[in-house]
This record gives sequence, structure tokens and C-alpha cells, in this order.
Amino acid sequence: MFQSLSDRLAVTFKNLRGKGRLTEADIDQTVREIRVALLDADVALPVVREFCARVKERALGVEVSGALNPAQQVVKIVHEELVTILGGETRRLQLSKTPPTVIMLLGLQGAGKTTLAGKLAAWLKRNGHTPLLVAADLQRPNAVDQLQVVGERAGVPVYAPEPGSGVGDPVAVARQSIDFAVTKLHDIVIIDTAGRLAVDDDLMAQARGIRDAVNPDEVLLVVDAMIGQDALTTAESFMAGVGFDGVVLTKLDGDARGGAALSVRQVTGQPILFASTGEKLDDFDVFHPDRMASRILDMGDVLTLIEQAERVFDADEAARMAEKVSKGQDFTLEDFLQQMQAVKKMGSLSKLVGMLPGMGDVKAQLDQLDDRELDRVAAIIQSMTPAEREDPKILNGSRRARIARGSGTEVQNVNSLVERFGEAQKMMRQMSKGGGMPGMPGMPGMGGGGKKSKGKTAPPKAKKGRSGNPAKRAAQEARSLDDMLPGAVPSAPPATLDELPDEFRKLLGG
Amino acid sequence: MNGTLYLLLGIFILALIVAVTVKLVKGRGELPSASTRAGLDAPPTAVTGDLVDVPPELAGLETVETPVPTSTLDVPAPTAGRLGRLRARLARSNSAIGQGLLALLSGATIDADTWQEVEDTLIVADLGVAPARELVERLKVRVAAEGTADPERVRTMLREELLAVVDPTLDRSLSTTREDGLPAVILVVGVNGTGKTTTTGKLARVLVADGRTVVLGAADTFRAAAADQLQTWGDRVGATVVRGPEGGDPASVAFDAVHEGITENVDTVLIDTAGRLHTKSGLMDELGKVKRVVERQVPVNEVLLVLDATTGQNGLTQARVFAEVVQVTGIVLTKLDGTAKGGIVVAVQRELGVPVKLVGLGEGPDDLAPFDPEAFVDALVG
Repeated sequence: MFQSLSDRLAVTFKNLRGKGRLTEADIDQTVREIRVALLDADVALPVVREFCARVKERALGVEVSGALNPAQQVVKIVHEELVTILGGETRRLQLSKTPPTVIMLLGLQGAGKTTLAGKLAAWLKRNGHTPLLVAADLQRPNAVDQLQVVGERAGVPVYAPEPGSGVGDPVAVARQSIDFAVTKLHDIVIIDTAGRLAVDDDLMAQARGIRDAVNPDEVLLVVDAMIGQDALTTAESFMAGVGFDGVVLTKLDGDARGGAALSVRQVTGQPILFASTGEKLDDFDVFHPDRMASRILDMGDVLTLIEQAERVFDADEAARMAEKVSKGQDFTLEDFLQQMQAVKKMGSLSKLVGMLPGMGDVKAQLDQLDDRELDRVAAIIQSMTPAEREDPKILNGSRRARIARGSGTEVQNVNSLVERFGEAQKMMRQMSKGGGMPGMPGMPGMGGGGKKSKGKTAPPKAKKGRSGNPAKRAAQEARSLDDMLPGAVPSAPPATLDELPDEFRKLLGG
Repeated sequence: MNGTLYLLLGIFILALIVAVTVKLVKGRGELPSASTRAGLDAPPTAVTGDLVDVPPELAGLETVETPVPTSTLDVPAPTAGRLGRLRARLARSNSAIGQGLLALLSGATIDADTWQEVEDTLIVADLGVAPARELVERLKVRVAAEGTADPERVRTMLREELLAVVDPTLDRSLSTTREDGLPAVILVVGVNGTGKTTTTGKLARVLVADGRTVVLGAADTFRAAAADQLQTWGDRVGATVVRGPEGGDPASVAFDAVHEGITENVDTVLIDTAGRLHTKSGLMDELGKVKRVVERQVPVNEVLLVLDATTGQNGLTQARVFAEVVQVTGIVLTKLDGTAKGGIVVAVQRELGVPVKLVGLGEGPDDLAPFDPEAFVDALVG
């Protein structure tokens, strides 16, 4: 499997420990690794070349600071460069001063234009607009029907005067739709066009025709996150053929690293406005360049994780938990079950863990782990009596046999769960002894849980020092981004190697 | 106690859950995993269909697009002659890369930069970094061994090496004929937006053109109007389409389609499934179920994974996961008429041994052709 960039760099830098400054040869080797990492992420080759040249230039001039080792520094440079190219900041939709605002969707076949049209409409509607969907994809069989169903689900009217499936003139439909929108007082018109190949001159001419007929305020290119090297050609030809003002990245809920985002942005200079992350209508969000940078580098996405956590964790429940932990009370199986169910609401386990930086080792194991394992664990716990959940020590042979029967598992599974849970409990106890808060100096002591659990302490660590005051926290967000990098800048220089989680230590060449 | 702490706790707990569960799995050791899908490993019987055996002499024939009369059935273009268009279109999409290679190799000497360029060219075709490197390494060794610097010779070698990777000896025939009085079943799978429904429709046309009877199963009950789309394809060639309610159980639609196929005594049942990202384990389980349920009546002869030629390195992961869940027997590479090279199939075939069987070359109803390794490679090296 592909290694993450930080893993690659860790290997490269193994022998560099203690060097005050990187030699050109060191940097060359590093840049080669970066090149492979970017190519694996499907960033287009010319973009990779340019990018690497810039990283090299910056890395050459940089003094190695005391707090950072060379690998951390290079990763930081790469990440910064990526964020710069990806947009630095997110752009909003440009709304026309005189309604209706016209948004036209463009893209290859199967990029997800029709689905996206629905999502965009639903999103605009939530934000207080009255969008109108226009079925100008008269090419693909039943694309019009699809848009109608999508519009119905989104609760947005669809303008579809032509049956489609090869019948009708999309340019005329687009032109009429504007008048229709004006009379029906829709303030935004979203035009769904047929998928077209960049080499198809007829269809490109047709797209130009639609553009000229409706004079759109925003032309959005819809790009599949899974696209490979062809992203470059596609973006260039659409830019030259029709022109566009922004990009929407779809299917980001897969595991493609989405290097296309970088290619398209770099080559055309147009920003990425939205990201579509699922099959449901509300799986749609503004684009976050910093998160995308981490994703391209396979470095995890802690911010999204936090957001998701905020959505599902019940504040009271969390307060109770926090109190329990800080008072040194035991974390019971019941608590564990509740937390587990909350986590399940956040999505699949492997996806969540994937968002944590520095979890490369665990991820490999997680590949074999099915989310149904969680169900099985839940079933085992649910087959216990409240007393047993409170104190697993009372579980004797016959109780265990009963639980196994009740949960449809084997006694070994019950045993193993109880044993693992005991270890976890120990960790929790040590944590509360060590200061009551993860991320505080007590943390390194948690090592009792073995290698894996050490790796896991990385995320809380990265966030230490964030303020509880929302205003202050917002101010810290930007700075803490750097802290999110695996193997990046801990807020304060680490005292000793031993205090660092594995991932950090690996980067330091230990 | 503040808000941040809750989050820290939440994440810590996630970590705990992983620790407990992962170890639990490890602890389970050799216990048979519940996810083992027994009964799915029956190897599909390979029967040579005549789809592939197109005489290359007919290659020059240009297929005439049949206009669609509204009430009568379409007469699909014969399968013969499609190869010629494959060549023509591939040549169009790949000429830049081919010429690039030629220019590179026509220099007087072949130095490190040239090799790097060759490697880059292969990478641009989405071949992947590792396979491209490997190929260039092998080529270097051969060039050194032969001591040749003749660009033409090097180009031939490159072609040979590429061809060896694509492996023309693989059986690329589609199993579409009746067996033991039961229809052949073809399941079409893939991620969203690769062109599964279109491929199913085109394949139905090909089969009808070859004089087969076909039943289509619209097991994509998820995407809006997917069943209508397939219905349109079916109506054009007069194939029965079995469909279920939107949002219904795809496995039951597939079951009904096969049942219909058996009672109607047709030759082939084509089942179109909903696009699903390979990362969604729930949806992948659903797909496993579709296949399992179908196999209660008839063994599934072919599972075709539809890959979009524009797909990058993620295609390999997709293929790996789909192969694991439904034992993919062949790949359909679509949208090859664009500028994308579809080099990812080389990596897929190398890792999974699953051959590309068909290629989609455009939006026309007859733009589906058998895969020709030689044409594919020729186009790559120009």
C-alpha cells in the first residue's frame, strides 16, 4: 500500500538526526519522496514538478530551527505551499445584484452534476434562497427525470420543458428558464448541463451556446475527486472551451486523495468552492483548503473530526464523563457502550481513524476491521446485566457463557473483550491520576496500553492549549492548524523524546 | 470543565474503542469471521462468447449511427467493425503521448533524463508510479543487455514490455450463453458515475445484435431515475426490463430479473447495480447480497467492474475492494474516447489478474467494443 508522506519522510530522515542544516542532497531526496506522494495522490505531473521546485527552493533557504527537526520542517513547508495553492481561504458564491443569479454546472460525464445540482439547490434553500433547477441535460437518457426526482427531494422546483433523452434544444431551455425564473420570482437559477468530454467540439460549442444565452454569474466545473492525471487536460480544455469561475469537488467521501483539486486550482487559477461528500442531499459543504492539503498528503483531518464529534456528542453526557474521569472514578462498560454508540453516529470507524494524523499503523489493522465488530462488541455488552457492566470482575465462567449465548458470540470473544476493557480502564485511571486531562503531562504515563495506545494519544496532544473561550479559540484555530500536522510543531519544544508519541518519535529518527 | 475537554474526551474514547475492538479482532484469531461470504467462491465458468472474435480485417468499417425512430425498435450496429473505431479513437486520445515518446527516444543517446521522461510519460497515462518505475527499470536492463541505442528498437522494446504487462494471452471473452438450460447472468458493478447503466444498455444492444435474447434487471433502486434510464435502453432494443420500487431492495429486483430470465428462457440476464463507493461497507454488503441472492437460482457468470478511464490511482483500491466482495471477472473501461488514457487498468490487471474485457468509446448507443491489448498499447507508444 501507499505510505503516507510522513512515513516516507521518516525513512528519508532517519539518518539526518542532529544535522543543523539540510544539504542539497538531503533536500533532493526529500523532494523525490514528495513527488511520489503527490503523484500517488493523482496530482498532475506538471503541477507536481512546479510544486516540487518551489518546495525545494524554500527548503534550501531555511535555517533549521531548534524546535523543529528537518522532516517536520519540510512537511510544514509542503503543507503551507499546498494550502497557499488550494486557495488559502474559501470563496463564497457571487450572487448577482439583479436577480436571478445564474449558476451553470459543467463537467465530464459521471462527475456528479445532476446530484450536485440538487445538493446545491437544497443548500441554497436552507440559506434562504428560492432556487430553480433547470434540466438542460437533454443528452443522457432520463437525466431530466433524475433531476426532477432530485428536485422533489430537495423541495426545489424544476424547469424541464423538454423530455430529454436526445430530444430538445438545451440552449433554448436555458434561455427560457431565465424568463421563467423572473416571472416566478426565483432568485437563483441552477442549470444542469449534459456531461461532455473536453475533446467533443460539438458539445463544447453547445455549452458555449448555453453560456452565451444565459450569461451566468457563476460557471462551476464539477470534478470527481477520483480523477487521475487527466484532470489537467480536462480543466484546461473546459477553461479554454467554455471558461469557469469555480470548481466543485465531488465524491470526497471515498478514499481518493483528491490531488485533482491541486491540479485544477494550479492550472486554471480558479478556486474550489464546494465539496460534496456523500449521497444524501445535505452531504455538501464549503471547501476547506487546509483540510484538503492534509488529505492530499494523507495526514489526517482532525478539524473535520472535531466538528463531527461536536455534532454527535451530547454535552451533558460528556460533562458527566469528564467529571467521572477527573474524579478518578472507573470508566464502566456502560459508559463505554454509550460512547461507542455516539462514535458510531459519526461514521465508519476506519474513516474516523483515517482522519486522525499519525494513525498509519493502526489503519492497516483497521482494514481488516469491520464496523460490524462494533456491533458485536455492543451485543456482548448489551447481553450483560447492569451489575456486570458496572463491575466486570464478577463475570465468572457461567456468566460469560450466558453472555456469549445471549450475544451470539463465543466465550473467547467475551473473555477478550473483558480483558481489553480492563487494560483500557487502567489507562483511564492513569490518565486521571496524571492530571485529569488528556494532553497534559500525565499522558506519557499512559504507555501501559502498549504501542498502539501511544499512537492514539497523538490527537489530544495536538490540541493542547486550545482555549475554552470560543472567541479565543477561534483566534487559536489558525495557529493550531500547524499543530495538527503529524510530526509537526508541538506548541512547545518537546522536553525529551520519550514524552512524544510514536509518530513524533519516528519523525525525529528515534 | 469546558467544551474543548468534551471533545478531547470524545476523541480519546474513540481511541479507546479502537484499542478495544482492534485487539478484540486480533484476539479472535482464526475464528471464522462472520463476514466470510461462503458460497461466493464458485468460479464462473468461462465460455467463449463471440463478442470478442471480431476479425480484424473488418476493422476499417465505420459503423453508421442508427437514427432512433420513436415507435420501432433500434437495430444495433453489428459488433464487427467496432475495433476499427477503437483504434481510431485511441489514436486520437493518445497521440500526444505517443509522439512525445517518439521524440524522446529519437535523441542520439538515451540518458538518465530521457528515462525519467519515459517514466513521466507513463505516469501521465495514470499507470501509477510504481508500475511505471518497474517498467522503465526492466527496459533499462534490456537496453543495457542488448547494448542498443537505436530509438526505434527501444520503442519496440517498450511496446513489448507494455504488452507483456497488459498480457494479450488473458482470456477476455464474455460468458453470455445459456448453460444447462439456464441463462447466463452478468452483474455490472462500480463506483458512482463510471457509466454502469450506459454500459449495461450498450451491452444489451450488442447481445441483441448478436441474436441473443436479453432481460435487464434494474437493481439500481437508489439513484433517481436510474431504472427509467435502463428502461429507455431496454425499450430501444426490445429487451424486457425488470424493475422494483425506488428505494427497494436491489437483491430482490435482481432475483426477480433472473427469475424472469429463467421463465422467459432468455440467453442472458444483465443486472445493473447502483453506483457505490467502495469505502461504504454497508453498500458493499448490499452488493454481496445481490450476488448471493442471484446465485440461489443461477450461478453468476460474469461480474463486470466498470472503471472510468479518467480514474486515477484510486481505481486500484476500488478494484481491490470490489474484487473481494463480488469476485470481479472482468473490467469495462469507459470514457476512453476522451483524453484520459486509462492506464490504471494496467495496475489493476497486474495486481488482481482481472482482464479488461470491454471498452466504452463514447455516448453513441453502439460505442462499446471488445478490448484489444495491442491497439491499447500501440496507442500508448504511438
